[in-house]
Amino acid sequence: MSESTVTRAQLTEAVYQEVGLSRNESAQLVESVLEEISGALVRGEAVKISSFGSFAIREKGERIGRNPKTGEEVPILPRKVLVFRASHVLKEKINESA
Amino acid sequence: MTKSELIQRLAEQNPHLFHRDVERIVTTIFDSITDALARGERVELRGFGAFSVKRRDARTGRNPRTGDSVDVSEKCVPFFKTGKQLRERLNTD
Repeated sequence: MSESTVTRAQLTEAVYQEVGLSRNESAQLVESVLEEISGALVRGEAVKISSFGSFAIREKGERIGRNPKTGEEVPILPRKVLVFRASHVLKEKINESA
Repeated sequence: MTKSELIQRLAEQNPHLFHRDVERIVTTIFDSITDALARGERVELRGFGAFSVKRRDARTGRNPRTGDSVDVSEKCVPFFKTGKQLRERLNTD
């Protein structure tokens, strides 16, 4: 399905083509966007990007897990996980070209 | 934080840029991710996370209210896996 992967380099190129900034500054802006989103999430803030989706933090309680190899019981400590919910617009775009 | 708050913050950090350019930058980034996913490609942003598309087979679902069976056709759903570095940052207090 996915013969190529999009990375920071392609996002930087898209920004470079769209706005009249240098490649270097375009790369920095891509980084700043990711850092702002990460920073908000680390502060415990949800991030909502309209027509794309939302990122939220979910707090997981402690539970007992098992090492699948040895069968040994190990406690899984309480932790925070990031969940992404795609918007309807994104879901529709993914399916219209399929 | 909403998209407009994100744009606002970036505009404050980059006073040499026009607000509308910051808006275009943010929109371009999310549009590029969306387009890549629509092409069935994977978007990998090291340290942040990776977006991919998963295919769901057609199935017979049920209307939970009436119990009627309904055919759900094959579809693709977007998926996000948190990057290692961000996952660790979320759990360091």
